[in-house]
Amino acid sequence: MSVELGHFALILAFCLAVAQSVFGLVGAMPGKSYLQSGVRPAVAGQFVFVVLAFASLALAFQHNDFSVLYVASNSNSQLPAFYRFAAIWGAHEGSLLLWLLVLACWSIAVAAFTKNMPATFVSRVLGVLGLVSAGFALFILATSNPFARLLPAALDGRDLNPLLQDPALAIHPPMLYTGYVGFAVPFAFAVAALLEGKLDPVWARWVRPWTTVAWMFLTVGIALGSWWAYYELGWGGWWFWDPVENASFMPWLAGTALIHSLAVTEKRGLFKSWTLLLAIFAFSLSLVGTFLVRSGVLVSVHAFASDPSRGMFILAFLVICIGGSLSLYAWRAQRFGSTAGFAVVSRESFLLLNNVLLVAAASLILVGTLYPLFLDALHLGKISVGPPYFATVFMIPMLPLLFLLAVGMHAAWKRAKLESVKTKLLVMVGASIALAIIVPLVSYGSVSVLSVIGFTAGMWVLLSSLIEPVSRWRAGHKLSASVLGMSVAHLGLGVFVLGATVVKAYEIEKDLSLTPGQSVTLGNYEFKLNDTRNVVGPNYDAIEATVVVSRLGREVTVLHPQKRTYRVQTNPMTEAGIDPGWNRDVFVAMGEPLGQGAWSFRLQYKPLVRFIWIGAVIMALGGFIGVTDRRYRARVPRSADEAAREATVGA
Amino acid sequence: MWRYAIPVAIFAVLFGFLFVGLNRDPSYVPSPLIGKHAPAFSLTTVEDPNKQVSPEDFHGKPFVLNVWGTWCAECRREHETLLEISRQGLAPIVGLNWKDERESAEQWLRQLGDPYAATAFDPEGRAGIDWGVYGAPETFLIDANGVIVYKHIAPLTMEVWNREFVPRIRAGGGRS
Repeated sequence: MSVELGHFALILAFCLAVAQSVFGLVGAMPGKSYLQSGVRPAVAGQFVFVVLAFASLALAFQHNDFSVLYVASNSNSQLPAFYRFAAIWGAHEGSLLLWLLVLACWSIAVAAFTKNMPATFVSRVLGVLGLVSAGFALFILATSNPFARLLPAALDGRDLNPLLQDPALAIHPPMLYTGYVGFAVPFAFAVAALLEGKLDPVWARWVRPWTTVAWMFLTVGIALGSWWAYYELGWGGWWFWDPVENASFMPWLAGTALIHSLAVTEKRGLFKSWTLLLAIFAFSLSLVGTFLVRSGVLVSVHAFASDPSRGMFILAFLVICIGGSLSLYAWRAQRFGSTAGFAVVSRESFLLLNNVLLVAAASLILVGTLYPLFLDALHLGKISVGPPYFATVFMIPMLPLLFLLAVGMHAAWKRAKLESVKTKLLVMVGASIALAIIVPLVSYGSVSVLSVIGFTAGMWVLLSSLIEPVSRWRAGHKLSASVLGMSVAHLGLGVFVLGATVVKAYEIEKDLSLTPGQSVTLGNYEFKLNDTRNVVGPNYDAIEATVVVSRLGREVTVLHPQKRTYRVQTNPMTEAGIDPGWNRDVFVAMGEPLGQGAWSFRLQYKPLVRFIWIGAVIMALGGFIGVTDRRYRARVPRSADEAAREATVGA
Repeated sequence: MWRYAIPVAIFAVLFGFLFVGLNRDPSYVPSPLIGKHAPAFSLTTVEDPNKQVSPEDFHGKPFVLNVWGTWCAECRREHETLLEISRQGLAPIVGLNWKDERESAEQWLRQLGDPYAATAFDPEGRAGIDWGVYGAPETFLIDANGVIVYKHIAPLTMEVWNREFVPRIRAGGGRS
């Protein structure tokens, strides 16, 4: 199939997306409901054509069609087949196409699973999604066409960026996009509710599973990215507060806040306007993230990836989506005021605090990310905000959040009496502090104030998330998937906090030079460089070192870190040698040759570093368990007039 | 109730900054070479390994130095613009073929058209270092006195050409 067909399919997909939004939004107006029957076919058609467009690009990659500019720029005949597929989203144009594909998948899922909701409401939701699709399709067609030809064709391609030739990074973008494009669904639900001017009591129940699934993918996507950075960038760090990372983390924080706020809206009918606002925020931050990454406003090694016309387009799109939805919010939100009250000590207040703190954290990161831009725009000079700012500022809302969370999980709705769990919580906080002092002392030989605070917070969250499931289980009560999911997700957070604290406090890192035969100690570990040799990969050449690691005289493992040179792009890449363990990683990365067989090495000992990603995966698992709750599958009875209207349409 | 309008107001401010930021290049660092004499080089031309080319050959009139390579996808997009500019004939364009191979560069010029008055061949990027080149494409404007008056990073567009280069060429052409 030639890429021209793909291009044509994309144009059709754009037209169908426009049709989808017209049918959806106009069809929701009084007297126009006959248009609604066109919405679902438009969604299906759009999906089919986006898939075709994507498939034609995938085929061009598989067949090494270097007459396609995008393929020639991002692939090579020697690139393994798997990466020739992953290379589709290896650069700007293809990743936008992936974005659109993911949105098409979400749209068709919404169309398929909303048959039991009021038709007019669903019509609005799909209409809004159609608008977003149309915007992105137009963006691709107008500024970032991946189907452009290169004539005469290149003999061979420029190859995929070697940094991206890695299994985790190959699946990282689809995960991440599924996450933050998924926030388009709650966004569309929120805009539909604002248009409708009323929020059904079941609205929150409809939105919750969609939000949670999107959040789950985002969590896993971010964790994969962090894991990749850890072993592939060669520095052994797991989070760099880089604008690109922040772009994915801000929607995550807003999405997390949304999940919690939705719980209140569902159970108590409160926080309605706030929930709507968060739904808009979560998706807006995804869009702002796309803008920041794709327009080159902030990140650009060399501003070439950024093309001012692209930036302008995304900015215009942001104004329509975010500006439009927020204006709608300003106009309509007062209709969603709540009247029911709640006591100061209640689950509602804890969740409100949770929301405030999460939104504060997201805002602080947004400010830090955009600060260089503000200064530059005001002609106050060019600066960059580094990890010290983020690491400090992020802790300010996060520490109280963790401590409140341990208590808040056990607070009842309306008015909480914490008496029943007070003893348990106190015992646990005592145990956590004791563990926070004893465990590091025994394992790592020292303690510090910050490590005790972090360890206590993590341990306390972890332990208190177990109170509810364990006590219900012991009392012989059934445990609903919601409660179990919540507990598991919070347990995951506890695990994550433990990992992040311990690795920060007790990692050991050394940069030094080694000649073959030489050995060096780091903590309890001894590293011996045996030799270095040349190895040949499919599309790279490498120098590989053999490093024997032993602990207290016993051999633990043999590591083979590599320094790779990819043949086409010729930039050197570091492939770290890592011995993973549940309680620590031993990490060896090669630096530069120092002559006479000597090499510089970075040796690291990373205690509990795996907890960081395991914690994230447990959080996502918690989300998954929560989504399986029965009540999301229960059919919602349709109102009589809705059913009647549908009957006349069908006739 | 005005408080519901706060989010949209914040977004409006944010939009303002993003809009301004879009027109500013985050990686743009003013070149220290601006206002200095163009660094000398003597390289062979792409077409003829026996023929030398040097910036001094073009002194007395403003000229443009464009850094490119066949490996640079953005240079290909820029090429059309360069052809257009050379047709205008306002100032000669000297090419600096940077970190490239002679055969591919020759083929490129044959197939896509040659906008350059001369193209210096700099396979190891020596001259590029002197000129402070850190990527391709980059374009310099040198006035009639041999002083660098402007540097553009990223592909040249007609818009940039008309806004930044043309007025400077008209100003610089008069005094010599």
